[in-house]
Order: sequence, then C-alpha cells, then structure tokens
Amino acid sequence: MAPPASRRTGSNKKAQLGVFTGYVVAGLGALFGAALLTISLLRPETFNGLRTMAADIASPAGEVGAAGRIGTQNVFDAIAGYYRAGSRNAELEREMEIARVRLAEADALRQENVRLKALLGLSTDDTPPVAVARLIGSTSSSVRRLGYISAGRNDGVRPGMPVTSPTGLVGRVLETGATSSRVLLLTDSESMVPVRRATDNTVAFAEGRSDGSLRLRLVNLGINPIKPGDVFVTSGAGGLFRPNIAVAVAREITRDGAIAHLLSNPAATDYVMIEPIWQRQAREALRTGPDADAQAQAAQD
Amino acid sequence: METLHPNARRDPFGSRINRAQSPLLAYGLPWLTILLGSLTPWLPIIASAPILPPFGLMFLLAWRLVRPGLLPLWAGLPFGFFDDLYSGQPFGSGILLFSLVLLAVELIEIRFPWRNFWLDWATATVVLAGYLAITAVLSGASLVQLTVIVPQLVLSTVLFPVVARLVAQLDRLRLMRVRRIN
Repeated sequence: MAPPASRRTGSNKKAQLGVFTGYVVAGLGALFGAALLTISLLRPETFNGLRTMAADIASPAGEVGAAGRIGTQNVFDAIAGYYRAGSRNAELEREMEIARVRLAEADALRQENVRLKALLGLSTDDTPPVAVARLIGSTSSSVRRLGYISAGRNDGVRPGMPVTSPTGLVGRVLETGATSSRVLLLTDSESMVPVRRATDNTVAFAEGRSDGSLRLRLVNLGINPIKPGDVFVTSGAGGLFRPNIAVAVAREITRDGAIAHLLSNPAATDYVMIEPIWQRQAREALRTGPDADAQAQAAQD
Repeated sequence: METLHPNARRDPFGSRINRAQSPLLAYGLPWLTILLGSLTPWLPIIASAPILPPFGLMFLLAWRLVRPGLLPLWAGLPFGFFDDLYSGQPFGSGILLFSLVLLAVELIEIRFPWRNFWLDWATATVVLAGYLAITAVLSGASLVQLTVIVPQLVLSTVLFPVVARLVAQLDRLRLMRVRRIN
C-alpha cells in the first residue's frame, strides 16, 4: 500500500509546520504520561479518586455481564440435569441416606464443640459479613491482579477488608468507590497473607506470583516440613484476616517453602463476601481473655 | 427512455446520489472501538494470571496501520488516559506508552513507506512485545518474572490479524453514506 499523500509536505510551509506540531504535541503527551507515571509509582494512592469514579460509572455494565455469566451456567446445568434425571435420582437418594447419618454425627460434634468452647470461655458467634457482592471483573490484561466487586462505600465497604468466597480467601479491598471497589487478589505480587498449615502451626507467608499461583515462604527456616497437598489457612496474624480461612494447597516444594495453588479460584467465583477487619475483634478477644493473657498484653504495652 | 439498472448509481458504500458520509460515524467509530477495547477488564472473565491481550492498544494499532493519518499523532494521550482508568497499571503508564507506540509506528512508516500485511503484523508484534514487557516492569509489582507475559504475548500476536480484519470491516462501515443531503 502506498504511503498517504498528506505526509509529503513538499515546500508547503503550513503543512510542514502542521506535521512538526503533531510531533511536538505527541512528545509532550508522552512526557506528561511519564510525569504522571512517576507520581503514581511514588505515591500509588494519588489517582484513586479518578479511578474509583470511572469504575463506578462502568460497573453496571460489568454487573450485567457477570449476571449473564451466572445465568448461562444455570441454563446449561438445567439442560444437563434434565437428561440425567433418572440415574441422578437414585444416586441422590443413596447419598441422602449417608448424609443423614453424617448430619447426626455433625450435630453431636457441634454440641460437643459448643460445650468445649463454653468451657474455654470463647465466644461462638460468627461475625456477619459487611456486604455480599458480585465479582464483576478483573484486570485480565495487566500483570497486576486486581478485581472489581459490585459493592462500595455505600454498602459499608472500606479499604483493607478481607474478601472471601465459600471456598476460601479471594483478596482484600484496595480502593472503594460509591458503588464498586477494587480488590487486590491473592495472586498479585504485592499481596502477602500470613498463613499456617491447617494441621499444625507451621507458619508461613503466602505471596502472589502474578501467574495464578502463590509462593509460600516459611517463617522458621530449617528443615522444610511442607509436603505436596498440605492445605494452608490464614493464621490471623497481622489482624487483617480472621483465622482459619482456607487459602492454598502446596503443589511443589522449594528451598524455603513451597509453590501453592489457590483454593478459591476467582474464575469460578460468582458471589463474594466482604468481611469486617479482624483487628478489633482480636483486641476484644485479648481484653476478655484469661488474666494471664491480659497481663502479658499489659507487660508488652 | 431506458431504465437504469437499480445498482448503477451505487457502490459498496451506498447510493452515490443524494447521500453523503456522516462525519460522526467516519471519525467517531475508530475512537469508540478503541475505547471499548480498553474496557476489557469489565468482561466477566476473572483471571488469576494475565491472559487477555491489551485490546485497547491492539485496536489503536490496527486503526493506525489501516488508516494512517485518521488518528492524530497526539491520540495516545486521551486513549492512554482512558486505558489507565481501568487497566490496573499505575496511572500514566498508558498515556506514556500509547504516545510512544504512535511515535514508533510513525518512525517505522517513514523508514518503510510501502507496507503490506506481513510488515504490519511484524510491526504490531514488535510493538506489543515491547509494550507488554515495559508494562510488566512498570506495573509497580515487585519481582515479577517476565515469563508471566508469554501466554499473553502469544495470544495477542495470533489475534492481531483477526483484530486488523475486524477493523477493516469497521472501516467499510465507517465510510457508508448514511447522511441524506437535501
């Protein structure tokens, strides 16, 4: 294809000036971008207001898309269920028999749990979530792993609050708009969560690697006790996340920990819960705890 | 009098009598598609790794390569600004990189004035590879391995001809004579 004629200015002074001005303006635009970039790398929160406002404007469209995603899933499930109804029915009845037995066992265990907790003086009530929202989008073409949820300041969401799904921890709120928020997903390389092994107190940090997996770094270095398949949950250290939210499963062992994959894959998550920050409850637990703990706290203060 | 064939006064862009192109469509459509490309974070795809190509930049490149001179040289500033609002990158990286991309394409075009499909694809591949690598470095994330962008780069290289073909179709739509002249 031939080059466009408008580029060939010849001896036309006005056209020459026009082309030159174009280059100058484009260069100035690039410099302006570089300046903004420097500011936002040094002070990442500078342009929050602008971004959250833009997210508020675009989030209704994202919400429609998310609803569509969930809707189509249901449609396919419904059709598949219709074709396999007979065999499914028999299978479900058999499972229900087993489940009734398990339910009775679980009831017994729960009562025992309540009794033991009463003995220890721990409170048993679960904290209700601040809001329940849809995960409506993510920065799927950037190295940063940020998600968007459909709840914001108006729903009581504040930066720092943990975001969980029924299968585990998703991330924490980074910026809030009026009706939407940005969530730092666990796989972002800036995300770091204190975790422990579910079966004992092997503590570690779970850092994002930007490629969908987490790197677990042990706090106590020495012989690496992690085995592939170990489940890690939040430890509650740091006061942001409440303890015992499922986080990751170890996949391969490294020198100082393991590479783990996420338990709550955000791609399979429709609804998420935004929970209050754990810290205040941790303080209350300390205050109402046994005397020894209170004295230790006083000594620390 | 002989009747004319009904299509005698038509061309692929519509009737040539009493019709003209609409400036809004002709100049607005490229801007609209590029801005829509920047809205990919709102697609209901929740990815735990970067996989989707930067569609905003790909549409910008495709329009720039198929119609040199349609977008002003400073268009990287507004497009980059819009992209920054949603992309998750630190603010300003889009403005800087989109402006640099347009300048780079300009330089490539001066060096190789006669272009064809393969040169356009090679240009786009080089530009996208540079863009993805620099965004990974400038993302403000610590210790990101550059291998993270490889799937994204492969996908955007493969998808670029598709985007270019789509833009070529939109270019025909853009030049349809839709305005009635009285």
